[in-house]
Amino acid sequence: MLLTQATATTTAAGESPDSIRDLSCSEFLIFRLGKEEYGIEILKVQEIRGYDAITRIANAPEFIKGVINLRGVIVPIVDMRIKFNLGAAHYDQFTVVIILNLSGRIIGIVVDGVSDVINLDTENLRPTPEFGGVIDTEYIIGLGTMEERMLILVDIEKLMSSSEMGLLEPAGK
Amino acid sequence: MSTDLEQFYQIFFEEAGELLAEMETRLLKLDILSPNPEDLNAIFRVAHSIKGGAGTFGFTDMTGLTHVLESLLDKLRKDELKLRAEMVDTFLRAGDVLKNQLDGHRGTGSADPAEVDAVNRKLKELVADTVSNSATSAPESVEESAPHTVNTAEQAPMSAESASVAGNVTTYRIEFGCADLGKSVMEKLLIDLARQGQLKNLSDPDNEAICILQLATTDSEEDVWEALAFLVDPANLSIKIDKSALPAADVPGATLECRQEQQTVETVSEQQDMQLSEAVSSPTAANSATQKTQLPAKKAVAPPQHKPSADHAGSVSGESSSIRVGVEKVDQMINLVGELVITQAMLAQTASQIDPVIFEKLLNGLNQLERNTRDLQEAVMSIRMMPISFVFSRFPRVVRDVASKLGKQVDLKTLGEGTELDKGLIEKITDPLTHLIRNSLDHGIETPEKRKALGKPAHGTITLRASHQGGSVVIEVIDDGAGLNREKILDKARSRGLAISENMTDQDVWMLIFEAGFSTAEVVTDVSGRGVGMDVVKRNIEGLGGRVEIDSITGQRTKISIRLPLTLAILDGLSVSVGDQLFIIPLTYITESLKPAAEDIRTIRGQGRVVEVRGEYLPVIALHEIFGLEPEVHEIHEGILVILDAEGNKAAMFVDTLVGQHQVVIKSLESNYRRVQGVSGATIMGDGSVALILDAVGLVNVTKQRMIHAA
Repeated sequence: MLLTQATATTTAAGESPDSIRDLSCSEFLIFRLGKEEYGIEILKVQEIRGYDAITRIANAPEFIKGVINLRGVIVPIVDMRIKFNLGAAHYDQFTVVIILNLSGRIIGIVVDGVSDVINLDTENLRPTPEFGGVIDTEYIIGLGTMEERMLILVDIEKLMSSSEMGLLEPAGK
Repeated sequence: MSTDLEQFYQIFFEEAGELLAEMETRLLKLDILSPNPEDLNAIFRVAHSIKGGAGTFGFTDMTGLTHVLESLLDKLRKDELKLRAEMVDTFLRAGDVLKNQLDGHRGTGSADPAEVDAVNRKLKELVADTVSNSATSAPESVEESAPHTVNTAEQAPMSAESASVAGNVTTYRIEFGCADLGKSVMEKLLIDLARQGQLKNLSDPDNEAICILQLATTDSEEDVWEALAFLVDPANLSIKIDKSALPAADVPGATLECRQEQQTVETVSEQQDMQLSEAVSSPTAANSATQKTQLPAKKAVAPPQHKPSADHAGSVSGESSSIRVGVEKVDQMINLVGELVITQAMLAQTASQIDPVIFEKLLNGLNQLERNTRDLQEAVMSIRMMPISFVFSRFPRVVRDVASKLGKQVDLKTLGEGTELDKGLIEKITDPLTHLIRNSLDHGIETPEKRKALGKPAHGTITLRASHQGGSVVIEVIDDGAGLNREKILDKARSRGLAISENMTDQDVWMLIFEAGFSTAEVVTDVSGRGVGMDVVKRNIEGLGGRVEIDSITGQRTKISIRLPLTLAILDGLSVSVGDQLFIIPLTYITESLKPAAEDIRTIRGQGRVVEVRGEYLPVIALHEIFGLEPEVHEIHEGILVILDAEGNKAAMFVDTLVGQHQVVIKSLESNYRRVQGVSGATIMGDGSVALILDAVGLVNVTKQRMIHAA
């Protein structure tokens, strides 16, 4: 029941029915932003690497740190902590960059740390409550519960292609 | 069954398409009065190849038409008929019909049955019109020609062809690797071959990888080859004339053959010796030797054993050898080589810090690596480069058709066809160029009467010229027609409510014709004049990173120049540093760099700064201000000014220091990010870091606008 609701939201937002994940058997990569734990679908993750030299891009929003050379591919890096104003954006040897592959587009996100990969069953999923969080509920698939932890499951592809991220060419230009 | 054949369809479609294009080029090149026999032969071969391929796949409509086409061409190349202009026209029409039929089979179009009929009838008429004065040469004695024909690559298929005309049966020994062929494909192939003549399967049942067939047929070697070539990898295919009964068809050869006859006896014995030795050495040869002796009815002369490659060359004579590779594979290779170059640069950088005495060998190796990498990069980049003749070759037809439709006499001259540019550009430049040429034909060149009245030669000339200029390729379309009419264009612009003034420069006025919906043509013809097009042309070319310029003298000529970047992938650049960042400026836009004196820097109204360079005042672009960086030097006279010349607009770019000159691989920022103002792309430096490539034209234009506003 809950599941259907989550699915329905995604569909309504313009995703093709095929791309809707069967959440009952999805694995999620869990990362931390400040004190909150977020989950993204593991299949969207290409690799995880450390934070190193970044070339800044002129006149980009503050949360776009710049671009890196990922084995010959120019990849933009977004600092999620700055974007969502969670945690202090400092960079040390523990800072982690998750490289995402979103239907061919490669984007890196900076997070505070990666904790684990978990398998969430349907009964561990809760619907997204209507709250004014840092992330628009539109981009949240649902909430997952693991023992005492609460995981915010993000539809990262939809989030990254949204206009507020400014990663894509603004429409009509 | 059909699924097995399907993978070959695509190959056939592609090849047939290319063959048709070749045929068209050759046809247009033909001199009606004294046609080049080589061209006729080539055209014949094309028709023949298509017939063979179409037959294999059961495209009977195409086989039918090509057959008639072939018979006419055969008569032509044997001088039984004189070439006439209407024949060329009909051939061209037939080519179009075949193209449509091909599209029909591909599922992307269809041929008009009425047109097919008409062309068919016309061709048959022309065939029937044979001037029967040329005698078919009497068949000569047989044995001597065999070894020689097979030997000479160029002649082999031709003489073999004549054999079929004379109705002689030739026995071929066909060998090919059939390991990767499906069973159903094999079956179809065998059925096809059996249709051509008497087929014997001599395959060794123990060795399934190689299929050996013996075929006695009246068809030529070419026919057999064509029947197989679409299914069997030609590299693994060998067709040999097993026993020959070839007539020497051409009369001029006769005297020569008398002499050859005497030699033949020796040749025969030599060959038999050779065969014997080979028979011992390999079981396959043994097989063939026995098979030869089994045919007592024919002369015991066997052609010398060739390596399959030699035979192969004979059968596809005259065609340059090439392989078909997907573009994405080439692109992947270019990317990988780019990576290799970067890795090599990184190694070189690290190696520069080690002791050259202790690590002498390592350093030598690295030097060699550098050379090899550079060569490899050049070689790989050249794969994507194609001569522009690929585009130009289609225009003679366009000009011919359109000119005759409009009742004009036009010559097309092409220059610089060897100019190479990126394949991606080649594909995209075709449509805009076609449009420009049609435009020149329709609006530029006047009718013959009008031209004579104006004291011009009745024949108009359109010149297509391609050349390299610096880092770009310039393609010019020049016509000696009416030229552009300033008043007419201004009137039209006024009536369309465009912002114009009387004292616009000619250049600016000419550019008005690129506005959407702009046409000064009095009559809308079906060629052009609807006003759609020129704006699309301009947009397409700008989309390729190119520019269009018009130069025209009213009443005399119009020249439209298209300037395109040489390739989309690599760039010569100067790296400069601002603060802790490196930027690449494309070298093509740099005229010089200098360290200015403090008194040369002036301000305009306290806002824009200009610098005086040899009496010229140039606006200063401060890179750190545009990109919001913290520079190491703030005073212009302490840093470096790079003078840019972008499309005639000059500006001075203020940077901290110059770093070096590099050849960089352009990487797109947009593939994972979006367009950034002032930046045209990114590249990876030797140390693996990313540097942004500056959009010189954009930056200069923005600064110019700003200066205009400030002033």
